[in-house]
Amino acid sequence: MKKIMTLFLIGFGTLQAQLPDGKQILDRIDQNLSSENRVFSSSMIIHGRRATSTVRSKTWTAGQNKSFTEYLFPVREQGTKMLKLEEQLWIYSPSADRIIQIAGHMLRQSVMGSDLSYEDLMEDNKLTDQYNAKITGSEIVDGHNCWVIELTAFVPEIAYQEQKLWVDQERNIPLREEMYAKSGTLLKKTELSDIQRINGRWYPKKIVFKDMLKEGTGTEFIIEEIEFNIPIPEYIFSKASLKK
Amino acid sequence: MLAFQLALRNLLGAGLRTWLNVIVLSFAFIIIIWLKGLLEGWDRQAKNDMINWEIGTGQFWHVSYDPFDPFTLSDSHGTIPDVLTDSVNSGSLVPVLISQGTIYPNGRMQSVLIKGISPEQEVLALPSSKLKSDGVDIPAIIGKSMAESTQLKEGEYVTVRWRDKNGTFDATEIRIAAIFETNVPTVDVGQVWLSIDKVREMMLLPGEATLLITNGEGWQSTDTDEWVFKDQETLLSDIENIIKAKSFVGIIIWAILLMMAMLAVFDTQVLSIFRRQKEIGTYVALGMTRGQVVKLFTIEGAMHSVLAALVAAVYGIPLLALQAIRGISIPVESKDFGIAMAAKLYPVYSLALISGTIIIVLLVTTIVSYWPSRKIARLNPTEALRGRIQ
Repeated sequence: MKKIMTLFLIGFGTLQAQLPDGKQILDRIDQNLSSENRVFSSSMIIHGRRATSTVRSKTWTAGQNKSFTEYLFPVREQGTKMLKLEEQLWIYSPSADRIIQIAGHMLRQSVMGSDLSYEDLMEDNKLTDQYNAKITGSEIVDGHNCWVIELTAFVPEIAYQEQKLWVDQERNIPLREEMYAKSGTLLKKTELSDIQRINGRWYPKKIVFKDMLKEGTGTEFIIEEIEFNIPIPEYIFSKASLKK
Repeated sequence: MLAFQLALRNLLGAGLRTWLNVIVLSFAFIIIIWLKGLLEGWDRQAKNDMINWEIGTGQFWHVSYDPFDPFTLSDSHGTIPDVLTDSVNSGSLVPVLISQGTIYPNGRMQSVLIKGISPEQEVLALPSSKLKSDGVDIPAIIGKSMAESTQLKEGEYVTVRWRDKNGTFDATEIRIAAIFETNVPTVDVGQVWLSIDKVREMMLLPGEATLLITNGEGWQSTDTDEWVFKDQETLLSDIENIIKAKSFVGIIIWAILLMMAMLAVFDTQVLSIFRRQKEIGTYVALGMTRGQVVKLFTIEGAMHSVLAALVAAVYGIPLLALQAIRGISIPVESKDFGIAMAAKLYPVYSLALISGTIIIVLLVTTIVSYWPSRKIARLNPTEALRGRIQ
């Protein structure tokens, strides 16, 4: 009996030892997904109840507080520009030729009927700055061994109190994310795919966002081109660039 | 008196011409009174409904609250000042906490205003007693328009999602405990009412409110800068302005009608003076002064309006009374205007409205009748007697 107990304890201890530290994994995810700045062109395919629409845009982001987006397609949105500085958001509409300042709460609204908010699109917050991580096991997702990690926010001002990630053990990138309400209700799910090696980091070129309370197949977000940590002129993040 | 008798005899003697003028003028009477009565009825109904369903006798607003800017909602709440706490406890002040949220009826997403109110309140006509919870679920009440747009029925459950004061998402299911019918869209369209204690718990805002609805008179702003008192007059000014704008359109229609009737009277007067020159000469030859003849013709013209008032009374009283009793149905689409308007409007015809209309029409007809009659003063009586056109 003693031998059995000893073997069990050794086995359990070995399993614990095999599980890496959650914080370390979050750090590796941040190294892949976060950057000082980035410039990317993207397509957002919004699957509505009746029709599917595509929105193309180019975005410049620096840190967590500066972001500039120019819409390129469809024609009716072409030339629309958005500038986010801290908690303030300005939108320039070429048809009205006016810059409108919108309260920070607008950032929480859906972008053009999609499953994404402006916040989702324009912010680049590091997971390690917001969440504690706990590894709860491992599963296979799309043929990749993944750590299952539960995140609990340690900062009060955060959109999702809890998240669950399936992180590729080799590439340290989440392949699936689930976002939960405080009550535990599953609110949003994202599937990350087409992981490519870009500038020495792994990055998903396709993300499918799905609002779990809503019917529909969600919104596809496809990165067409992306560059990290390149010099971005400071004037890009100024109101003057909205009318250019 | 002689002038009145003569005028009446002349008028009746003119036959069809007089009656045509009188009928046109009577239409003007009826339409003016009907239009004004309708607007008066709407005004009274809208204000009563708004007082009963939304504004009470006035409201204290949190200084940041702007009902026309939903983006300021997350900042427009505050702790009820000590000076008003007793009034809240006694029920003469009803706190309401407003926040933004999203509901998912049948898998569709719809933005809503989540409003918290005390289930014990008796100031507003909302069936808030239905918000009392037995602890099993979260009861909510919605208006009929909201129920129609979301296709929600009594007893059904729907998921509601919101963000607390920290911006953190939360979601739960609420049960539609009652669907109320109101003419005030500002407490119905795009809104879900819950118990204020529940909303405070959801938003992490214990003891806070966005506005306080008052009951009774004598309220005024407190010394704190955070709460501003809005009296009934201010809160009703929007509907008053809309009705004023509608009244202006009514005045234009009224003026066109009156002008048409006056043209007919004017035309008749000009023709009378032209054709009845011998008669005018005879009056002067018999000893009437020119002024007396002018007076006679003016009274004759003005009597059109007296006859028109009598004719209008014959067919107008039953017609207008019927509408006042049965009401006028407003098309369903008018609910979407976003203003308080009942499905049926009941016109109100006050004594001041009827007597005012009669006096105005009488005055205008008298002026219009006098205008061409002035020519008589310049007539040469001998030439007039001969019937020579001057």
